[in-house]
Amino acid sequence: MSIGSLFLIAISAIFINNFVLSRFLGLCPFMGVSKKLDSAFGMGGAVIFVMTIASAVTWVIQNYVLNPDALLVKADLRYLQTIAFIVVIASLVQFIEMFLHKSLPHLYKALGIFLPLITTNCAILGVTILNIDEGYNFLETVINGFSAGLGFLLALVMMAGIREKLELADVPEYLKGVPITFITASLMSLAFMGFSGMLA
Amino acid sequence: MRAWKEFSKGIIKENPVFVMLLGLCPTLAVTTSAFNGLGMGLASTFVLLGSNIVISSIKKLVPSKVRIPMFIVVIATFVTLVQMIMKAYFPALNKALGLFIPLIVVNCMILGRAEAFASKNGIFYSILDGLGVGIGFTLSLTLIGSVREVLGSNSFFGMHLIDGFQPIGLFVLAPGAFLTIGVLLAIFNSFKKKKD
Repeated sequence: MSIGSLFLIAISAIFINNFVLSRFLGLCPFMGVSKKLDSAFGMGGAVIFVMTIASAVTWVIQNYVLNPDALLVKADLRYLQTIAFIVVIASLVQFIEMFLHKSLPHLYKALGIFLPLITTNCAILGVTILNIDEGYNFLETVINGFSAGLGFLLALVMMAGIREKLELADVPEYLKGVPITFITASLMSLAFMGFSGMLA
Repeated sequence: MRAWKEFSKGIIKENPVFVMLLGLCPTLAVTTSAFNGLGMGLASTFVLLGSNIVISSIKKLVPSKVRIPMFIVVIATFVTLVQMIMKAYFPALNKALGLFIPLIVVNCMILGRAEAFASKNGIFYSILDGLGVGIGFTLSLTLIGSVREVLGSNSFFGMHLIDGFQPIGLFVLAPGAFLTIGVLLAIFNSFKKKKD
């Protein structure tokens, strides 16, 4: 494993397989929190934070508890993956929230209201399962989690910027609101498809 | 007549996809063909029905502070069941839906029904509610899947349609999914406006 392959994972997660625009993960916050730039940055930051930590923790759980040849439990518990991961993510989010509240009140104020929403953000559960499916090692898992979050932030912030301008645009009546947002997302996704030539 | 109302509201008036905009990720990701949409819809309906039944029957035992984690565990149990059934009996569909089967857990539609309906109503109405919303979800997914399949690969449920029509490959890719749902939503909006 070299720096090159880590870089490849990062680029692929941010641009080529962007979580929102090509994998369709985390669409609910993408639609819900992209009205203002400030909240888009807050949500994106919270997602990067939780994704990186959740990737690391679930990797440890998969390899030390759930896998058949795991160190701690000598039974094939892989069928418990879905339940175990979602419980871990939910409690992790709760824990991070308490920790931030106590020791980093500034960060808590910025991310606070977005943290509870993250439990049901499918991008988090999605990235942890993808890490296991791809067979990444620990370092690759952390890098993938972080870059997937970064890709999410990128898409969210770009969308928020466009939507702030859209407020002033003259949109056909039936397309106002959500439909035009989807069509904007479609054009963004088309643009992001261009990145897939980068690694060919 | 309340029974009919609880059942039918999820299909059109409170359609989870087109009106409530819930469960968007599977809606866009797996609807590359009508069959995949139908499969995803049925799998989600099964989970929704199961979780609604269990949650409405344990609603008095659950302390309100830890209700969300408990709901999620109940939902995750049914998702694991679906995963096992799919792997055993429908390996092709399992492969097509892939990551999005475990992700039914975080489908906000299911947690939404648990929180908003099943935790407040009896088993009978919860079953009807689950069925209605599930059918609404399945129909919407099948509709989006059909549009994308017809335009994107010139077929419907795998059957070849028109000779000489050059399929627009974009519709089975990611941008086509966003475009399809955007246009469908606009069409639904225009119907709603005309009715008012």
